[in-house]
Amino acid sequence: MNTYAGIEIVVYFAVLLAMVKPLGWYMARVYRGRPCGLDAVLAPVERLLYRLSGVNPDGEMSWQKYAVAMLIFNLLGIVAVYGLQRLQGSLPLNPQELGTVAPDLAFNTAVSFASNTNWQAYSGESTLSHLTQMLGLTVQNFLSAATGMAVLVALIRGLSRTSTETIGNFWVDMTRSTLYILMPLSLVMAIVLASQGVVQSFGPAAEATLLDPTTDADGQAVLTQRIPMGPAASQVAIKQLGTNGGGFFGVNSAHPLENPTPLSNFLQLLAILLIPAALCYTFGEMVGDVRQGWALLATMLIIFVPLVGLGLWAESAGNPRLADLGIDATATLQQSGGNMEGKEVRFGVGTSVLWAAATTAASNGSVNSMHDSFTPLGGLVPMWLMQLGEVIFGGVGSGLYGLLIFALVAVFIAGLMVGRTPEYLGKKIEAYEMKMAALVILIPPIVVLAGTALAVSVDAGRAAIANPGPHGFSEILYALSSAGNNNGSAFGGLGANSIFYNSLLGVAMFVSRYWLIIPVLAIAGSLARKRQTPVSAGTLPTHTPLFVVLLAGIVVLVGALTFLPALALGPIVEHLQLTSMNS
Amino acid sequence: MTQSSQANPDSKESSTPRDRNAAEPRSGNPRTLDLSESMRAAAVLFLSMTVITGIVYPLVVTVVAQVASPQASTGSLIHDGDRIVGSDLIGQPFDDARYFWGRPSATTPAYNGLGGSGSNLATTNPALRAAVQERTERLRAADKGNTLPIPVDLVSASASGLDPHLSPSAANYQAARVARERGIPLQRVRELIKTHTQPPMFGFLGQPRVHILRLNRSLDAVK
Repeated sequence: MNTYAGIEIVVYFAVLLAMVKPLGWYMARVYRGRPCGLDAVLAPVERLLYRLSGVNPDGEMSWQKYAVAMLIFNLLGIVAVYGLQRLQGSLPLNPQELGTVAPDLAFNTAVSFASNTNWQAYSGESTLSHLTQMLGLTVQNFLSAATGMAVLVALIRGLSRTSTETIGNFWVDMTRSTLYILMPLSLVMAIVLASQGVVQSFGPAAEATLLDPTTDADGQAVLTQRIPMGPAASQVAIKQLGTNGGGFFGVNSAHPLENPTPLSNFLQLLAILLIPAALCYTFGEMVGDVRQGWALLATMLIIFVPLVGLGLWAESAGNPRLADLGIDATATLQQSGGNMEGKEVRFGVGTSVLWAAATTAASNGSVNSMHDSFTPLGGLVPMWLMQLGEVIFGGVGSGLYGLLIFALVAVFIAGLMVGRTPEYLGKKIEAYEMKMAALVILIPPIVVLAGTALAVSVDAGRAAIANPGPHGFSEILYALSSAGNNNGSAFGGLGANSIFYNSLLGVAMFVSRYWLIIPVLAIAGSLARKRQTPVSAGTLPTHTPLFVVLLAGIVVLVGALTFLPALALGPIVEHLQLTSMNS
Repeated sequence: MTQSSQANPDSKESSTPRDRNAAEPRSGNPRTLDLSESMRAAAVLFLSMTVITGIVYPLVVTVVAQVASPQASTGSLIHDGDRIVGSDLIGQPFDDARYFWGRPSATTPAYNGLGGSGSNLATTNPALRAAVQERTERLRAADKGNTLPIPVDLVSASASGLDPHLSPSAANYQAARVARERGIPLQRVRELIKTHTQPPMFGFLGQPRVHILRLNRSLDAVK
């Protein structure tokens, strides 16, 4: 990593933190239904939507009703994306004349986009028509993000309301998330991205004549190159802002037409963490104590920043296996140096590592470099960030509701230590909340570890491995960690487009999304019913550095205890092999 | 905004407070769950959102993008007369010693615009070492006597397989070979490299990089 990358990373954190308060404040106004500046344009649209759909925007929902509305809405999304893929061959906007997508792949992709995972077992440019990308995937990018944000807001209401049965209205929360937050940000972002060179056109691929013709695998002369087109900018903007991560093209934001310049890279990187970070402030605003929000953001940062540092160190050190080949991998102002396999020159090692960490801390999953070719420790960073449960930033909404569940566990453990009934924000945390919290925290690791165990013990699972030795195991562990935490990034060598993986990972994504949302909403409903306990001398303050350290410690401890044995079989042993001379 | 002192702003919206025993949170739902009402809301909102986010939004972006940045939003194509000779953003394969060679590409064939791909080879995979060794040998065979260490990006496959750039180090490494093969002064080649080098944006965003297709086209234009 050279000086340029160092400066860029520092500027990145500064800009991100500077945007937390304004955006967080704005989102709090949106969720409280207060005027927020865009009402003149959007309020009539919003009212029309409610009238057409028969929704009473003032009608409050119990948690059960909220959950049913959310599930029906998401199920519709899964059916629509599946249908579009199966029928795209006979639908318009298909200039490349792409055929029907196979049922297992269509199922996997439909669940993937509805669950905000955006795992991609296909390559967009050669599999999906423009219509499928727009009407199926772009729509789900908005709606799955809006679903996560709605559930978070419901949980926040559970914490801030007292003695009530209701936690808000799903239709209103979903609609307002989409119209007032995701849509305006995406519009601006998409137009800026298109100005940088992200394609936004409905034509077929252009054909360019090569300056120096080459030959293909059969020795046939190749005289031309096809340059893909499509409505990419509009999809890329929301893919980053909504922590979706599903690329328009197969190689995602490493593709020069999806992420052409350092500026497009910086903005996309910013968009990955922007809403998850700002929602911390929104939370603080809505519970009436912004210090609570800053404490959660601080918790995320004290885990995130050291892991970025570890990744930078590992990737900058380069690949010792190539050391004797007469290669110059030093970092200078003339080259990035380090481990450049699977990285683009315009990004270099620095922002590739920062991106890998950000995209897996948030449950985004887009990539601008190939994680499979990272050094073992460089690859451990994104893998472990996913395994921590996608609560370090995490998905829009889902990351923060996940961290709030960890916060309940933290006050519970602290309460056990001093023998007091634990409280969070004045709400007593009791057996019911802890049972639900245990479900939220345990389901993803069970899905990941059981899924990995299954995949490595059957031929169909092992056949997909691309790299030998412990790295092959890492590829499978990474895939399950990604699907089981709704991330979507991959160690791309794994040949995951098979009936086995499409089914296994499809089920993993479904379980980890919806089986977590339901207990979270149950907690919201239960907390909303409780009364506010007055603060006393024995109350554990939850905005102090002490609590930040306690919460971060619990997140790390749960992640480490659960996954260290698996990590030892993959990246850790591979690291020892890489650094020992004769293996 | 300063420390907010108002207590629980949402609480005033709550319905009539009930004195429930907080230890027994599983109470019946006071509101009936009307499935057909939820179905209608779901269906209408899903369709409306599909129109808004799936049709209106991409179309608005397309119109604005094609008006505001017509070249950038349509693939940044490079024209030579009415012929398309490439894209500013997509690299091309070069293996003639008279040209600068770009990043190794893992696509088949190399720099396949419709099949972007990295190698996905692990650092410990012997196939990676073998591939890198083969690339170093080809570079050295084409440039006998050049014993300088080879910049790492010139022998490592890019993430997309379509990377249009090299680091300035990797371009300069090849300057002597290209000058010799073409019989033009080394100084002229170095100037061309400089012309086609983009510094980091605003002095720090991204890495300095040399556009290989533009550089090679300018070499062909040297008389």
